[in-house]
Amino acid sequence: MTKKRKLIVVGNGMAGCRAVEELLDLAPDRYEIEIYGAEPEVNYNRIMLSPVLAGETGFDEIVINGRGWYEENGIALRSGEEVIAIDAASRTIATDKGARSSYDRLLIATGSLPFILPVPGAALDGVIAFRDIADVRRMIATAEGGGRAVVIGGGLLGLEAANGLRTLGMQVSVIHLMDTLMERQLDEAAGFLLRRELEMRGIEVLTGAQTEEIVGTGRVEGVRLKDGRLVPADLVVMAAGIRPNIALAREAGLSCNRGIVVDDFMRSSDPAIYAVGECVEHRGQVYGLVAPIWEMCRAAGAALAEEDGEGYRGSVTSTKLKVTGVDVFSAGDFASGEDREDIVFRDAARGVYKRLVISEDRVIGAVLYGDTQDGSWYFSLLREKENIAERRETLIFGPALAGASQDPNAAVAALPDTSEICGCNGVCKGAIVNAIREKELTTLDGVRAHTKASASCGSCTGLVEKLMALTLGGTYNPAAVQPICTCTDLGHDEVRRLIKAKELKTIPAVMQELEWKTSCGCAKCRPALNYYLVCDWPDEYADDYQSRFVNERVHANIQKDGTYSVVPRMWGGMTSAKELRAIADVVDKFAIPAVKVTGGQRIDMLGIAKEDLPAVWADLGKAGFVSGHAYAKGLRTVKTCVGTDWCRFGTQDSTGLGIRIEKFMWGSWTPAKVKMAVSGCPRNCAEATCKDVGVICVDSGYEIHFAGAAGLDIRGTEKLGIVKTEDEALEHIVALVQMYREQARYLERIYKWAKRIGYDEIRRQIMDDEERRKALFGRFVFSQKFAQVDPWSERVSGKHQHEFRPMAEIGFPRAAE
Amino acid sequence: MASWIEIGNLSDIPPRGARCVTTPLGRIAVFRTATDDLYATEDRCPHKGGPLSQGIVHGAAVTCPLHNWVFSLETGAALGADEGSVRTFALKREGEKILMDVDLMASVAAD
Repeated sequence: MTKKRKLIVVGNGMAGCRAVEELLDLAPDRYEIEIYGAEPEVNYNRIMLSPVLAGETGFDEIVINGRGWYEENGIALRSGEEVIAIDAASRTIATDKGARSSYDRLLIATGSLPFILPVPGAALDGVIAFRDIADVRRMIATAEGGGRAVVIGGGLLGLEAANGLRTLGMQVSVIHLMDTLMERQLDEAAGFLLRRELEMRGIEVLTGAQTEEIVGTGRVEGVRLKDGRLVPADLVVMAAGIRPNIALAREAGLSCNRGIVVDDFMRSSDPAIYAVGECVEHRGQVYGLVAPIWEMCRAAGAALAEEDGEGYRGSVTSTKLKVTGVDVFSAGDFASGEDREDIVFRDAARGVYKRLVISEDRVIGAVLYGDTQDGSWYFSLLREKENIAERRETLIFGPALAGASQDPNAAVAALPDTSEICGCNGVCKGAIVNAIREKELTTLDGVRAHTKASASCGSCTGLVEKLMALTLGGTYNPAAVQPICTCTDLGHDEVRRLIKAKELKTIPAVMQELEWKTSCGCAKCRPALNYYLVCDWPDEYADDYQSRFVNERVHANIQKDGTYSVVPRMWGGMTSAKELRAIADVVDKFAIPAVKVTGGQRIDMLGIAKEDLPAVWADLGKAGFVSGHAYAKGLRTVKTCVGTDWCRFGTQDSTGLGIRIEKFMWGSWTPAKVKMAVSGCPRNCAEATCKDVGVICVDSGYEIHFAGAAGLDIRGTEKLGIVKTEDEALEHIVALVQMYREQARYLERIYKWAKRIGYDEIRRQIMDDEERRKALFGRFVFSQKFAQVDPWSERVSGKHQHEFRPMAEIGFPRAAE
Repeated sequence: MASWIEIGNLSDIPPRGARCVTTPLGRIAVFRTATDDLYATEDRCPHKGGPLSQGIVHGAAVTCPLHNWVFSLETGAALGADEGSVRTFALKREGEKILMDVDLMASVAAD
């Protein structure tokens, strides 16, 4: 075998890694590969920074290649190490850490740098760009204190930043030099609709505004415009454009104009040096969008693999704005002109605007606002330069009408294989169809896992599903979304996602924004919404008692005759003479007709009149009892056995752990009830393997189980994993429950949720991903600050007294006297 | 002939909530909707006797807490697939005050 040649990649961003992926696909063993990245991160999807800023997704979810990918492919990753010089003559590079390395081939993928306006004050503290995850983290940190942000630049990036900062609670102003927002992508009409939408979201838009100076002493205080106006600011985001980052290439003597000049095979003026991405100039064009960059990477990969290929011929680009709830699509050229005709469609009530620019019977430009689902169809007409003369009259209504076919999949079927479906990850139709066939994929998640299509922003999910239906025929049965109730067409998952994405923090806000069909919901959706809001905004949302079932409103269980049952907590099932005596006294005093030991190791008093509840609780409270939440969609009991305290087989202190878990987690609301158990040995006397969460203690530690059921369904638990210490057991259990709290549909028990999400995925997130586990744990702890209040003592001291007393008592009416 | 008795104030009832009035005929549920309309029905579901005052109030309807029957507060009729109805009682508001017609109740008693 010949010795491997060495490839050095400068830039660990999207382009550099994508080119390496393309190369590895063609020639996995040709090179020994070293990748240098100035950022101390693995390779992530930069275009998804906006959703991260808006809090719609986390950093983990935008990682394209984790460390495992580098290891599996034998790539040496030098992250946090910047290449500072290239010596083309000796084929070596030097880094800021003083290292040198030589190459046979070099790939430059240094991307671009934000353009910082050369105005006074641009270097002040608090003036940042919007380019990498560090910028996003800084923005999020600043936004925590509220305050005012000014975004300079009303283009794609600037508006995404503005929306994100607004979502984080800042007051935001956008300063834009031109009269139309996103003027490179939108015409005036669409720009107006976009502006109106942003203003409705509370973002101030200043167009035709030129920045004169950034003012402040030490730290930024405001932005002064040329007309003298001063816009106060605690944070200034420069999003006025980007510039190819070519300093390194230029110093190395490579031919550069605006970008590094490359040929169709992405080769620079030095035949051993290639370049891809935003740093290159190809046939006079510089690109800042993802789709052309993927095409360049394909060409570079092939060239490095020394395969014959067509090379790269330049791209026609399309744009989508990643602001949740704002659908904007634009492609091609849409300036007006003499040889051009427009086809325009407007629907003011829906806020829809569509414009196609036609020249010589071909679509040369498209601007869609408000309804962008036909964007990829128009884009492919445009790219393929199809003659549209015959269907011109119905063209604006989209492929369904234009093709005279009513088959909902017809438009997708008509797309060529090269048509791009997922813009975020650059996946085209052919790749998806092939993956479905070859890997025999039958689920959306499968397609996401294998192709990454629809795995980022999700806006192409509908298209991907249509492709699946088309490829699999009748065997594909998309899980039809079941609406929450007849008040809405949205399903639980969609509503949960939108509550977070749109920062909806009250039930009326959810109903307004998500277009509920009834004025104030019904007994199905209101408790669900109330739970979602309690879970997602623990510190801000005020629990709506009128949207809770009676049991949770009065903190007792209604019985068939309208009386209530009361179950105080007995931590881990342990009790004492004092507690039992107090219960006996209460039973006597209020003549409670029935007392029963429950399946969860505690005592139930049944048949209490509603009016008596506060007095019963007051007496129980004096003996140290708190509510057992036996009525709650929340933590119920943690059943235990006596463990090492008494049992000759016990391996750990199962009672102690059970009590600890119960004391840590009581009071938390969950989608459905949560019952737990801890058994001290595999004989499993606490029956932990049919609980929502169970622990089996063994000599070496704690086996954590989940997703059992012993109710309507009977199901043994799945094993989550084994941990060594009690602390770890608690952390894993709490993180699991928090994951369930954040993801499940209201009234969906853990076993149903887990089956839907996948047991392996849950194990991965809880057992393998420490960062995620700790974050989940942290969020649970935070929400407990607001949840762990004993509802009984609150009511004994007067809360919601109206619940427990009649409003009036009327004697015999006069007529009957 | 109507004869009105004061039973309380609007603020005694939470919006989208209910309170009870005890009468010799049994309990009457007094509902307040999100839009501050007031309705009174007997506090007893015709299905299994559930206390309607404890149900979730939505629009001008209430869902029984025991088995989720839904009743129109205006007519007392069960909505949806269920059949049955609850008796309704006349209320009127004078400013903040809520009044109930007790003559009607007497006629019920005489039934």
